[in-house]
Formats: sequence, C-alpha cells, structure tokens
Amino acid sequence: MSTILTKSTRLLVQGMTGHQGTFNAGQMMDFGTKVVGGVTPGKDGEVVLGLPVFDTMEEAVRITKANTSIVFVPAPFARDAVIEAIDSGIKTIVVITERIPVKDSIEFIQYARLRRARIIGPNCPGLASPGIAKVGIMPNSILSKGGIGVVSRSGTLTYEIVSALSEKGLGQSTCIGIGGDPVIGTNFVEALALFEKDRETNAVVMIGEIGGIAEEEAAEFIERKMSKPVYAYIAGRTAPVGKRMGHAGAIIARGRGTAQSKINALEKAGARIAAFPAEIPKIIKEEV
Amino acid sequence: MVGDGMKLLEHRAKQILRAGGIAVPDGYVVKIPEELHDVKSPIVLKAQVPVGGRGKAGGIRFASDLLEARRYATEILKLEISGHVPREILVEDRLSIGREIYLSITIDRSARVPLLIASNEGGVEIESVPDGSVRKWHIHPFLGIQAYQLREIGSFLRIEESQRGQMTSLLRNLWRLFWDNDCELTEINPLVLSKDGILVAGDAKVIVNDDSLYRHKELIAPDETLTTLEREAKEKDIALVQMDGEIGVIANGAGLTMATLDNLSLYGGRGGVFLDLGGTDDPKKVEQALELMIRSSPKVILLNIFGGMTKCDSVAEGVLAVENRIGISIPIVARIRGVNEERGRDMLSKAGMIAVSDLDEACRKASELGGT
Repeated sequence: MSTILTKSTRLLVQGMTGHQGTFNAGQMMDFGTKVVGGVTPGKDGEVVLGLPVFDTMEEAVRITKANTSIVFVPAPFARDAVIEAIDSGIKTIVVITERIPVKDSIEFIQYARLRRARIIGPNCPGLASPGIAKVGIMPNSILSKGGIGVVSRSGTLTYEIVSALSEKGLGQSTCIGIGGDPVIGTNFVEALALFEKDRETNAVVMIGEIGGIAEEEAAEFIERKMSKPVYAYIAGRTAPVGKRMGHAGAIIARGRGTAQSKINALEKAGARIAAFPAEIPKIIKEEV
Repeated sequence: MVGDGMKLLEHRAKQILRAGGIAVPDGYVVKIPEELHDVKSPIVLKAQVPVGGRGKAGGIRFASDLLEARRYATEILKLEISGHVPREILVEDRLSIGREIYLSITIDRSARVPLLIASNEGGVEIESVPDGSVRKWHIHPFLGIQAYQLREIGSFLRIEESQRGQMTSLLRNLWRLFWDNDCELTEINPLVLSKDGILVAGDAKVIVNDDSLYRHKELIAPDETLTTLEREAKEKDIALVQMDGEIGVIANGAGLTMATLDNLSLYGGRGGVFLDLGGTDDPKKVEQALELMIRSSPKVILLNIFGGMTKCDSVAEGVLAVENRIGISIPIVARIRGVNEERGRDMLSKAGMIAVSDLDEACRKASELGGT
C-alpha cells in the first residue's frame, strides 16, 4: 500500500540473528524488500545474509537510513525493542511477536501515537504489497499482484484466503494481518481507511473473527466512508460461548462478540459475506 | 473485557485489593466446616467459585451462630454452581450496608487504553444496569487517573464531601493495582458504603492477563474454568477447547482452526475439540497435540495444515511418530497445503490416512466419517 510500503521502504530486522529473524529476512529479500540490516543487542559486528548486525537501533538507523522495522524479539523484551525503534525515528514498526502482555502493547502503541509512528500488530503476520515489498512472514508463493486489498485478524487463515484468491487470478494490492490480540496498533477501521485511499486497491477482503467489536466498528466505517466493495468472512460461527479460541482476543464474553452480530453489522453496511473461506473468490468473481 | 485471562477466586482477589490499600471485610477461608471459628457477630459464608450467580445458587449464606454456620458450610460444599464444586468457603464479617456502588477498571480495545466504569446501582450485574446509570472514564496509562476525573466520579456517585478523600484514595489505589498487576479486569461489585461511612469491597473480581504471568508467578493458580484436558494442553502451550461434537479439529493458527470448524458445519459435521497447534515446526509438538486429541476420543480427527513457518512434512513426521509408537485407531482426515505439501501428503497416505489438498473436500469426508 503506497501509504505504508513503498519502493523506498528500508527495513531493519529486530531480532535478526534468531532462527525466525534470519529465515524471514531471507524470504523478505527474495520478495524484493530492501532489507538493510538487523539489530540484536550484543551481536554487533555479525553479518547475517550479507547484512550488518548492530547493537542498537540508533546506530543502525544512522548508518543504514532505515525507515521501517520488523520485530521478532521474544515477548518479554518486545516492549523495549518497539520503544527503541520509535526513539530511533522509525515510523513504521511491524510486531510479529506473540504473547506480549497487553499492558506492554498499550504502552508502546500509545507511545507510538505520541511520536507519530505506526504500529502493525502485535501477534500478526505483517503485511505484503506484491511487486513492492513484504514486511512480514506470509509465504511468498501465495501472493500475487492485483487490485484486492486484504485485511485480517488472523495468520494462517489469511494465507488460506490469499492463496484461494491467487489461484482464481485475483491478485492483491496489499495484504495486511493486523493481529489477533485484543489491543493492536492498526485496527480494521484504520486499515480500511488506508485501502479506501489507496489507488492500487479496487476491492477489499476483510477477515474477522469472534470477540470484541472491531468488526462492528468496521461495519460502521464501511457504511459511512467506503466507496470500494468489501467482501468479508468471519471465523468462529460455531465457537462456544465463554471459551478463548486460541487468539487472546477471540472470545464471546457475556453475550458480546458473536460471529452473527458481526455478520449482521457487515451485511447491513453493504459488505458481501462468505460462509466459508473458499467462497470469497467465488463471490468476487460473480460480481466482477 | 479484554480476553479470557486468569480469573482469581474472590479471596485471592481481595488479598490483592487489601495489599493495594483497599478495605475488605475481615475474613478467612475454610475447606471443611470444622475449620469455622466461633461466631461472635453475624457472618456471611461465600462459596469460592470462578463464576457469577452464586447467590441464586445458594452459594452465599448468612449465619449468626456456629451451629448454623456449620450447617450452611456443609450445604455449600455440596453445591455445584455452573459446573463448579466449591472447594473453599470465604467466611467474612457481615457488613452493615448503607448503599452499594459499582466500580471497575478494564481495557477498552478500541481506544487502546484502560477504562474505568462506575455506577450507583451496585450489587447487580453491570450488564443489567441501564446505560443512563453507568458512566465511563478513559485512563491514559502515562498520566494515570486525573484529579478532575476523581471529582467527576465522586459527584456522579453522589459521594458526600466528608467521604471524598476516602473515595479518592480508593480510586487511586484501584488504578494502581490494576496497572501494576497486569489486570484485564478489576471489579468491585458491590463497593459497600457502610452505615458508619466506610467504603469496603463487598465482592471483588480480578482477572490477570495470561501473557503477563511470567512476571507475576505469585498469582499463578490452576484455572478452575478449564477441563482437565484443557488445563493439560495449556501447560504444554497448546490452545485446546472441548466442545459437544464428534470431530476433533487440529489446525495451525487460531483463525484457521475456527474456520475449519465453521466449514465442517456446512456438511453437518460438529466440532468436538478445537486444537490450535500455533506456529510450530517441531514434530514433537505435533505429537503432544495429537496425543491430547486422541485422549479426548473423537470419532474422527480432521487435521488442517496450511504450511508456512510450519512445514507440512514436519507435521506428517509428528503424526507418524504417534502412529508408530501407539497406533492410532481413530480415522484421520488430513488436509495439507503450503510448504512441502506433496511430501507431507505422501507420508500420510502411505500410512493409510486420507490426505487431500482441498479444505472443503476434507471437511466433507470428515463429516461423513463423524456422522451419527
């Protein structure tokens, strides 16, 4: 998306020397992302995939002129890593790490707001704009270039749906996984607003799930502000009440956050609803 | 409310309140009626269960002598309240109630900051209180609760001038303990304004964020709301939820697991177990997950893997290890897509399992096998 990832995106990988950091740095480079280095405290001077590793974000940003970072740092240290990135002047930070205490997320998200930085995640697969860059962990092979914007609270379910879109020739402008935690840096409404503005995007696929009211808020936004068509799938129609379904945010608590309430709100707002993942490309094909 | 963190029992929640400077009634915990002390003034006996609706179920009783107290304690310990048998009773001095207030702090997901909720209609479920009688204040974590907010809350709750100081320190303490203990919810309902003008927490609910427990080891207690299998899975860092149906679903990722269950329902298949493998590439973790699943004895197991970080052949390796070690008598339908999918499917079909690449087809097959 021209507003988040561009050809001038220069990426630092926080936690690059770890297994996930190294593997995904390589995958992002294969996808065409300008990865300019990594940061791991205590690993200054190491070289990973031919790229320099720095001790601190300050030094890394000064030397590499990076403007974006991705965080693979383990949960107990993630808050510090994100704040360090914000203080180093980075304006887009994608937090992949899962199981970060919600208090830490609130603190770095609120701090990012004050410093006008954008956080995506935590507990998310990041984002990818085929043909431009990927800052995340979605498999390269499922992505293809086109005009569909995808926004999702889920990880592998996003892969499922993106791969179904690609197979049917429906390429993507940008796929963004906003994360499965209750408190996230960029929510549905904010992502939809970006897609509405984005010239590369003609239609949006939204993948929600039970818990919270983010989908209901998105529905309100769709009704009032969106001119582009929205296709939605909501996971958890058959989920029991009061049980946390894997994601910290995915729970029907005290009668709130049911799939039906979300489906009703989105339908009322004019979104087309798919009953199962493979139905999304079918519905889009019907309408185009 | 945010998610579904660790719910503390009332007496543990009250310990935290007391440590944070909030008054709670004098009391103690008994496990058997014989542990009751002599009754000098009226007491209340409260079943310690992690669910609401105790009063209606007979889990809260008032007594004025030891004989009566023992009889009620015996009765309470025999109750089953929404599936929970109380193992402990909190015995407290009975409060002289002037009026009852509602106070809580939770997290507003949309605003991404804590939210304080107050009402003059305490002692009932906050959901049943009309919107007009409830007010909310956002608390910015960098600023804490502000003086003007304390004034607004005090006047909304019609707190008399002479008791404003007491209310102010209670609110400051509530905010502090909410934030310091990584809570998702701290609720005082009712907050009792006693006849002699003292604010006391009549009941307390504290939910601690699960992901923060590594820094609150002292708060960790077995989660009573989980089944034995669910608890065991949680200890192994596997998300498992038991449900009513016949089909056990294992998938990698919470959204994908939920979507698989939804997809099954199109063919009449009903999920019996939700098991999210998460993002692992360790065959050992797959083995652990599959063993838990087998113990829940579903009629059929549907394995849905969309490989990325999780490689399809690593998953197949884990499945085959269990097959070779104990032999799996429950039919397995596997839907395998993504990184190393051909190899993964090949390994499973050679072992006689159904391995396909299409989710819809897998759901149809599993539903047929799980049909009653």
